[in-house]
Amino acid sequence: MTVTRREALGLAVGGAAALTTLRFTAPAFAAGNAVEDAIVEFTGGAKPGSGDITIGAPEIAENGNTVPIEVSAPGAASIMLLAAGNPSPGVATFHFSALSGAQEAKTRIRLAKTQDIVAIAKMPDGSAIMTKRSVKVTIGGCGG
Amino acid sequence: MAKVKPRVKVPKKASVNEVVTIKTLISHPMESGQRKDKKTGETIPRKIINKFAASFNGEPVFMADIEPSVSANPYIEFQMRIPESGAVRFEWTDDDGSVYDMEKKITVA
Repeated sequence: MTVTRREALGLAVGGAAALTTLRFTAPAFAAGNAVEDAIVEFTGGAKPGSGDITIGAPEIAENGNTVPIEVSAPGAASIMLLAAGNPSPGVATFHFSALSGAQEAKTRIRLAKTQDIVAIAKMPDGSAIMTKRSVKVTIGGCGG
Repeated sequence: MAKVKPRVKVPKKASVNEVVTIKTLISHPMESGQRKDKKTGETIPRKIINKFAASFNGEPVFMADIEPSVSANPYIEFQMRIPESGAVRFEWTDDDGSVYDMEKKITVA
């Protein structure tokens, strides 16, 4: 069988494209699953909608070891923070009570790489709301 | 291991039902369980503060379940309503089961 120049080029390009897609989707898919699992476990299956929930974070974090994060969801019973690109996505879950002055909290977190921070708030009626915010990280913070 | 030392910032005085900001910090390495020892190549076991709880006169105020993605020397800030004079109690639970605690009094004027 003879392979023309055009066919050979097409094969090479196609093969390379397939390889790149594979390489990029596989880990992203795995992390996505972990995040989804965590969300389902937290909300008890309720599908999170959008609502009054905000994440405060720097747009660019120079040092991934300590990234200041604040999260606020007025009226929430608890808020879960996830870092989708970390080796384990769970960051922290905050629980509020009648004595909480406001349903918000601030902390400092580790980010392994540039990624999305996800916050999900569980309301007292069982519904859930979520939001996302991307943070660019210059130096990752999960050791190596 | 470095000594674990909790620090909190709580106002001494407040008016009735005033909402105050409470800042807490505890010195702790928060070993994530992901790092490897550079010499032996073995994974350093996870050792983090996994729970933080604040209560006021025995009533829960704020709780946090903490995972390895929280930075070393975990800092937590939250808002609290002060209904009356009393003491705020803070508790940090370590992976090894030890509990570090601290109490601060607030007087309502």
